[in-house]
Amino acid sequence: MSVFKFPESIVSRPVYGILEPRPGRSHLMIADCEGAEAILDLAVQASDLMANTHIIFIPNGTLFGPKLQELNPAQYYEGPSFAAALSRIQRVLSDAVMGLQIYLAGTEGMMGQAQNEAMQAGFDYTAIQTEHRGSVARRMQCVHCKGITENVIIDPFECSHCGLNLFVRDHYSRRIAAFQGVCIDAEDPGNVPTSVELYS
Amino acid sequence: MNAPAPNSTAPKSMGAEKIEVVVSAIIPLNDLVTRFEFKRIDGCQFPTFSGGAHTVVEMQDGDLTRMNPYSLMSDPAETQTYAISVRRDDQGRGGSLFLHQKVQLGATMTLSFPVNLFSLDLRARKHLFIAGGIGITPFMAQIKQLDAVHGNWELHYSCRSPDLGTYVDELCAKHAHSVNIYYDDKNQSINLENLLDGQPIGTHIYVCGPKGMIDWVRRTATLAGWPDAHVHHEEFLAPQPGKPFAVRLAKSGLSLEVGENESLLEAMERLGVEPPYLCRGGACGQCETDVLESDGTFIHRDHWLEDDEKSSGIKIMPCVSRFDGKVLVLDR
Repeated sequence: MSVFKFPESIVSRPVYGILEPRPGRSHLMIADCEGAEAILDLAVQASDLMANTHIIFIPNGTLFGPKLQELNPAQYYEGPSFAAALSRIQRVLSDAVMGLQIYLAGTEGMMGQAQNEAMQAGFDYTAIQTEHRGSVARRMQCVHCKGITENVIIDPFECSHCGLNLFVRDHYSRRIAAFQGVCIDAEDPGNVPTSVELYS
Repeated sequence: MNAPAPNSTAPKSMGAEKIEVVVSAIIPLNDLVTRFEFKRIDGCQFPTFSGGAHTVVEMQDGDLTRMNPYSLMSDPAETQTYAISVRRDDQGRGGSLFLHQKVQLGATMTLSFPVNLFSLDLRARKHLFIAGGIGITPFMAQIKQLDAVHGNWELHYSCRSPDLGTYVDELCAKHAHSVNIYYDDKNQSINLENLLDGQPIGTHIYVCGPKGMIDWVRRTATLAGWPDAHVHHEEFLAPQPGKPFAVRLAKSGLSLEVGENESLLEAMERLGVEPPYLCRGGACGQCETDVLESDGTFIHRDHWLEDDEKSSGIKIMPCVSRFDGKVLVLDR
């Protein structure tokens, strides 16, 4: 099951919706892993979108690629990682004109980074559709050393840069597309609760 | 330089802080539009503002206090002078006629501090201005603001005729490559679908003009896939005259009759009841008032309340909306 309902949280925490077809001159859909299922669902509602759609997919070991290709989008690209797909995303955005609709689906880390690229291109983030699918692992920034750790699935976790024990907060930065991790044992070094899986 | 501290001798107000001014220039621009320039009486500097801001001009017309919002169209960085350009509306309630016919050079008046409900989105990569008639005024200030930072903008300005093309000459002389003029009497019109097609990502549209133009631009942009957050509009709403109606104010314990030519907000102020306000034109939401009891029909004219709030009959915007019926009791 790729759909997870996040509990209510602080205002800073991003909330995701369900992709819906919107009128547009062209459509950019970026998905990773199970996010492909959200695009497949969207295509069932509006198969005519595909003639003007560019799909960028990061499978990360999943096998949705051929199904997405069967949708027959105007352009299809598959990349091994977000970093690998980034130069293409930036190029598509820099060439884009208004009337473009942006759809993001999959993990929070991927959607956050893609949203950030669209924002930097001048696109209002409220106009970007997002739908969460798949892993609830997070992209975390250590607020102390500023290092980013991808795919954090336990809380607390050890910063992969400076080694501090970090508490996983819901406090989110759109600018750096990451949740904030704060040292959990600053006052009492070594007193660190046992890590548990997020939302377990 | 910093804006001066609010003048403590200025009249108290439920709206923005006020500034006492003297009319320093009256410049007729064409048959319908006149520019009024103001200087402060206390010799201090005006606060700088952001392009798109308006000021509420207070006019003492005999016993009647008129308060009309006008877009500031001077340079937002200019602190010696404020300027507004006013189109004479012979069918209106008389505010513009008062300015055109009764206000003379050297007269003292009261302005509010600037309030901006139509500001530039400075994240935009490009600003696309669409103006109709006197709707040019907020863009005059926005263009000056953007020019100071070499901003990327383009103006499409529709006027009735060359004779009524307010500021067309000035705009074309300074910005020949960014300004496009369309005259109704020459059957020229903005090819909007074409204009919106191919604008670079990060473009924001700003439209100011008659209601029909604003609706047309918003509708066309939505159909072409533009997000609402990229389409900004300002409509000049003035309270419309209407049938007089009676109101009871529950908190104040007062009953009053709203006259044909005054708004509900003005009628309340006349009796010393002062709801908060900023725009007096149905846009800012400040004067939103709860309805405690009603038997009749609301004439909602604002852009603030949601449709369901309007149909529920539990809220009214007294700056522009009216009522037709037997009983109206407000929480004021």
